[in-house]
Amino acid sequence: MTPGLIYALTGVALFALGLAGVILLAQALRRILAFNLMGSGAFLVLVGLAQRDGGVDPAPHAMVLTGIVVAVASTALALALARRLAAGGHGDD
Amino acid sequence: MSLAFDVLLALALLWSAWRSLATPDLTRAVVMFIVFGLLMALAWARLDAPDIALAEAAIGAGLTGALLLDALGAFGERRGRDGP
Amino acid sequence: MNAPARLAVVGFALALAGVLAAAVLDLPAAAVDLRAAVAKKLSASGVEHPVTAVLLNFRGYDTLLEVAVLLLALLGMLAVAKPEAAAPAPPAADPMLRTLSSVAVPLMILAAGYLLWAGAHRPGGAFQAGAVLAAAAVLLHLAGRLPAWASPSRVLRLGLAGGFLVFLSVAAILLAQGALLRYPPEHAGTLILLIEAGLTLSLGLILAGLFLVLARRPAPPRAGGGEEGKS
Repeated sequence: MTPGLIYALTGVALFALGLAGVILLAQALRRILAFNLMGSGAFLVLVGLAQRDGGVDPAPHAMVLTGIVVAVASTALALALARRLAAGGHGDD
Repeated sequence: MSLAFDVLLALALLWSAWRSLATPDLTRAVVMFIVFGLLMALAWARLDAPDIALAEAAIGAGLTGALLLDALGAFGERRGRDGP
Repeated sequence: MNAPARLAVVGFALALAGVLAAAVLDLPAAAVDLRAAVAKKLSASGVEHPVTAVLLNFRGYDTLLEVAVLLLALLGMLAVAKPEAAAPAPPAADPMLRTLSSVAVPLMILAAGYLLWAGAHRPGGAFQAGAVLAAAAVLLHLAGRLPAWASPSRVLRLGLAGGFLVFLSVAAILLAQGALLRYPPEHAGTLILLIEAGLTLSLGLILAGLFLVLARRPAPPRAGGGEEGKS
């Protein structure tokens, strides 16, 4: 079992954990955390599988780099929306 | 030998992710998420992806952690229903 | 959500994990060997680091769209964030934090410049450099030296959009001459450096803005009325 495969399986587990968290958790902040976990899991699968054949495939690296930056932007936007909702008195559901 | 390190790192990733979602205290959840981000940077280094490791440490753990900690202050006054 | 529904969701997640794990373990060998394809064309791409080549040259269009998405996210946040009428004033900065920012921020700017330059030869590049710049800006804000953004000034807006505009103009010029984002090989290195420099500055500002737009700012004076004016 190569290291890439170990991390790919970890990514699968993180994705499932994040998905369960998004559905089951009640607070907005926790849902955002769980969503980020899903994203990180998916990135691990991408790069873990890229390392299977013994070399380093640069294309998934670039995709994950893009993904990390877009994930932080969407997290910031989600936090802004959640804070606006919380400040508006609707609770944080 | 190095495989044992990978397995340990994978277990640490899963544990910190689980604790981040399961702990009832929001502050602790965010801190565990930052820990998860730093462990992810280690995982990227193990996967021969130094560019991603740099970006994850700076953006994934650092900037996201700062955003979440700042949001904690805004959410602090209205502690809603806790998770499971 | 009642207990049986929770159990069903957990069961579904476990089943999904099982199916995905089986798929990951059973994956056939890749049909296209991208590694060899990138290595073959690396010398014509203008840089020596394969990831930078993929990001800025071979898949440059994705990077262009990514910067546009970042700008859109920042615009969305600017539209959503409203001044908190009763927010307490930000706490006075720790003197140790101020000293740390005096020492660390010039080093971080230097590190960002190095990362930008090194991206052509070794791990680095515009995203990492932009992230370090954004971290420097956040540190400055926490030390009390950089105010949160209420509504960005004209110069700041130009900085935010500048990287994207540089990238877009290069793409437009190249499109006028032939295919989209096909750099002429003798100028590819210079073009990539130019685009990366613009991206570094813009990304640093955008990523810092993601934090600074949300940060607590002192309550605006009531004389302005309801919505704070966004010039």
